[in-house]
Amino acid sequence: MAESLSVFRGDRLVLDDVSLSLERGGALLLTGPNGAGKSTLLRVLAGLRRPDGGALLWDGMPITQDRTAHAARVAYLGHQDALKPSLTVQENLALFARAGGGDTDAALKTALKAVDLLHLSTLPARLLSAGQKRRTALARVLLAQAPLWLLDEPSLGLDAAAVDLLGAAIATHRAQGGLVVATTHVPLPLGDVSHLNLPGMPDQSRGWWGADEADLTGDAA
Amino acid sequence: MMELFCAVVQRDLRLALRHGADTLGAVLFFILTGTLFPLALGPSPDLLRHMAPGIIWVCALLAALLPLDRLFGAELEDGSLDQLLLLGLPPSLVALAKITAHWLTTGVPLLLAAVPLAIMLGLPTTTLPILLAGLLLGSMVLSLIGGMGACIVLGARRGGVLLPLLVLPLITPALIFGAAAIDAARTGLPWAPDLELLGAFLTAAIPLCPLAAGAGLRAAVE
Repeated sequence: MAESLSVFRGDRLVLDDVSLSLERGGALLLTGPNGAGKSTLLRVLAGLRRPDGGALLWDGMPITQDRTAHAARVAYLGHQDALKPSLTVQENLALFARAGGGDTDAALKTALKAVDLLHLSTLPARLLSAGQKRRTALARVLLAQAPLWLLDEPSLGLDAAAVDLLGAAIATHRAQGGLVVATTHVPLPLGDVSHLNLPGMPDQSRGWWGADEADLTGDAA
Repeated sequence: MMELFCAVVQRDLRLALRHGADTLGAVLFFILTGTLFPLALGPSPDLLRHMAPGIIWVCALLAALLPLDRLFGAELEDGSLDQLLLLGLPPSLVALAKITAHWLTTGVPLLLAAVPLAIMLGLPTTTLPILLAGLLLGSMVLSLIGGMGACIVLGARRGGVLLPLLVLPLITPALIFGAAAIDAARTGLPWAPDLELLGAFLTAAIPLCPLAAGAGLRAAVE
């Protein structure tokens, strides 16, 4: 699916020659230290960010050809929950239920039930706890009805019960042939999963950081 | 696609309704700056009547710029922009939906507030329809060009300062024709050509501004 991606942030090479591929029903867990480029890779896969090198293919077609069509295939959960504090849980999700198509009210109810938020659906988002906000954001992923889920630390702020719900949702999604790419620092209930470890800071081993370090040790000696 | 577009507009209208202070702020700013002119220029009815078209247009222009900065800035900051771009709508339509919402929540209230301001400044009532027709077209142009500017400066540091610098020069044709139409109507000259030019400006802005705005949104999330 992705072939030798490279991404620069500023003048720093964040991702260098990363390749990955996923089959239907597959899951991929991205691990690596802070700043290794996990979130950047997710944004590239979502089509939000253009890779500076390499190609991104979906069913053999490059996604840059029609980024809008690719957007409809993606459900993305970012660092931020992207909720409007003044709107209720239901109002926050209404637009995205519409995007998923079908019976929006029924879909909204099913999604809220799946993350156990049905009883809070008329509460303004500003009154929710961090975990409840995260669950609302997860409900949006469910609503998108998209084959590819991109989850950036999905378990952030979730309690044990909610992590189980997340695991169940991911399992159902994969059973229907969906794909999941997730980043994490803690174990996630994903079942069988392939791993991709990003080494992080590919250019820090050399360059002036490295030279600086050598100088310091030289001084100490 | 049309349904999604309407859903985005609807969401923004609901947001504006919850944050009523933003709309009210723009309208009050418009009326307040308008009232400052008689205080500063002196209460000569002739002078005020002569300057009224310009005063109304300049005040409306500045007032409409006020909420633009937050219109897209808030979406970028809380991550909503990512989600909007992943809806499956082309970015230009996302931008157009938000621009439409801006016009409905800022342009239309300003249009209504222009009537009392015009009467206060002593514009003859016969020119009011032309004032409103001009402002109707002008406020749409403003939302389009302003929205485009807001998308382009999105993510830049000091975007709020850059925005007027970018938008105000682009909007001058609308200002010239809009104010000239009222002046023409007041002095009994034909006012239709001015409004037609304003309309032409709008028809050019409708397809072009969302395209530039969409590209700005894409660049902002990169």
